[in-house]
Amino acid sequence: MSYNVNSKGYYGDFGGAYIPEMLYPNVEELRQNYLKVMTEPSFINAFNALLKDYVGRPSPLYFAKRLSEKYNTKIYLKREDLNHTGAHKINNTIGQILMAQRLGKKRIIAETGAGQHGVATATVCALMGLECIVYMGAVDIERQAPNVARMKMLGATVIPANSGSKTLKDATNEAIRDWINNPVNTYYIIGSVVGPHPYPDMVARFQAVVSEEMQWQLQEKEGRKDPDYVIACVGGGSNAAGAFYHYLDTPKVKLIAAEAAGLGVHSGESAATSILGKEGIIHGSKTLLMQTPDGQITEPYSISAGLDYPGVGPMHANLYKTKRAEFIAITDDQAMEAGLELSMLEGIIPAIESSHALAVFKQKTFKTDDVIVLSLSGRGDKDLDTYSKHFKL
Amino acid sequence: MNRIQTKLKEDKKLLSIYFSAGYPSVNDTVEIIQELESNGVDMIEIGLPFSDPLADGPTIQESSTQALKNGMTSELLFQQLQSIRASVSIPLIIMGYFNPILQYGVEAFCKACQEVGIDGLIIPDLPVDVYDENYKHLFKKYGIINVFLITPQTSQERIRYIDSISEGFIYMVSSASVTGSSSGFQTEQTDYFKRVANMELQAPQIVGFGISNQETFKQATQHTKGAIIGSAFIKHLSANGIKNIDTFVNTILH
Ligand SMILES: Cc1ncc(COP(=O)(O)O)c(C=O)c1O
Repeated sequence: MSYNVNSKGYYGDFGGAYIPEMLYPNVEELRQNYLKVMTEPSFINAFNALLKDYVGRPSPLYFAKRLSEKYNTKIYLKREDLNHTGAHKINNTIGQILMAQRLGKKRIIAETGAGQHGVATATVCALMGLECIVYMGAVDIERQAPNVARMKMLGATVIPANSGSKTLKDATNEAIRDWINNPVNTYYIIGSVVGPHPYPDMVARFQAVVSEEMQWQLQEKEGRKDPDYVIACVGGGSNAAGAFYHYLDTPKVKLIAAEAAGLGVHSGESAATSILGKEGIIHGSKTLLMQTPDGQITEPYSISAGLDYPGVGPMHANLYKTKRAEFIAITDDQAMEAGLELSMLEGIIPAIESSHALAVFKQKTFKTDDVIVLSLSGRGDKDLDTYSKHFKL
Repeated sequence: MNRIQTKLKEDKKLLSIYFSAGYPSVNDTVEIIQELESNGVDMIEIGLPFSDPLADGPTIQESSTQALKNGMTSELLFQQLQSIRASVSIPLIIMGYFNPILQYGVEAFCKACQEVGIDGLIIPDLPVDVYDENYKHLFKKYGIINVFLITPQTSQERIRYIDSISEGFIYMVSSASVTGSSSGFQTEQTDYFKRVANMELQAPQIVGFGISNQETFKQATQHTKGAIIGSAFIKHLSANGIKNIDTFVNTILH
């Protein structure tokens, strides 16, 4: 059994393309072309060249000595925070902007939660001289103000989503509506491994560079390409998908996904989708999502805008259901403490999303000789305000 | 024969009206249906509210959100419709997104539809091929007609495929847009209506999205069997409540 997508766009029971007919031509165009385009040598060369010279890849695999001593195990940090624009999101937007160009699209739309994907999209649109419209929940516009300013400076139009919880789910709805309204000239750059097939697979493939590098970097440092554990936070699941990708079908590498539990898994203010979710359809994908018994999608909560999503990508729904990955719920407070701890021990201020992954070390004990790679998905600059308020700095 | 099929045989242009169940007030559903029928509407689409209606513009989003706040659920809708067939004989269709139907259970949902006398379903985010492969047998078992959408971007080949599995009408989305966004039809749209009419499909076409008054109703039905009005009627409801439904329908038909 493979944990990768099958030819029909499903991961086990999850995935597919549950889209209104209005989106069918767009999604079908992408489905028919994405693998062909992604395997063209000219595409691969352009993608790799930009990742190297523009994004700054490979990102370092850093042995976190003091953090390792503290938890009495061996911890490596995969430094996606050092990428241009400060998170793993740019790996995907570089890939998708090249895809949009190959498909001849002139107008780019995106949704964003924390603003990292919005910034990464605005950045590649500036780079390629394409029009860029980013939908962002009104609540997120407020709590991620620096990223809104960055998007504007990069020439993007930021449109607030005022429906529902005014966060990532609603921004995604608005982006999809825009795409319905503009079916011919517009390309939708989705920011995570969510949405209708082929998006989850395409985004996972663009992010797969993360685990590809991990393999040879670990070989250099440890003389083996396989760690014992890979840990990543999961919002939609793209940084986790990238960090897990080349280990999915290597069972001895254990996978850990950190989910946002907000004020507590059962507090009613949470985004712990695997535990609270039930099978259903969100944003064109069959997956696990938080919903009422009547099938209405519920409004999630997390201090981290990037994890504040009521669903999870279909790959991860399958990893959860098959128990291939262990899902650990991390509260706001636990994440914030872990973020402060990394700052003090290693001089690295992580994004609050990544802090959820770091908080796993307090929830689970590892062996002294375990080799662990943690996806440090982003840097904390955008979150300074939230950290300052939380710790009264 | 299903009521939808009988209605489609009538020699006239059909007016279908959409509204969100449970809006403006939770118990308005039945009265709105009765009023629409008694004023000469041919068919009704009862919107099953959903938290995240992807294909809908602001008007239907808001009515849907309000209906949910009012406490509307699938269960409650079926209760309200329990004895609808004692007073109403025109075709009734439920239009809803797939997730609430999936949670209710697709078979249970079809069965409940049959029990109360619902004739058809429109589920915008249930793709034709998924229906064809996984759910068609259930719809058939309970005599429920599934209605599919086409848009100006739908290829000829796909329209033929959709026609081949359509037992009622084809829902022609007038332009590339969510509901409630356009005003008036351009030659682009009339060309599309004509193009599809010339395909001589077995299933009649009914146009939806962007029909708001007598003029657009006439334009839309020139080359098709009928038209569906949604957002414009919901705006009427939000301004007038359930009063004066007769005036609204009359301005379209006369
Ligand atoms: C730094 C960072 N990490 C993680 C995420 C969560 O997204 P995903 O689960 O797709 O990696 C985000 C989303 O905005 C982010 O900005």
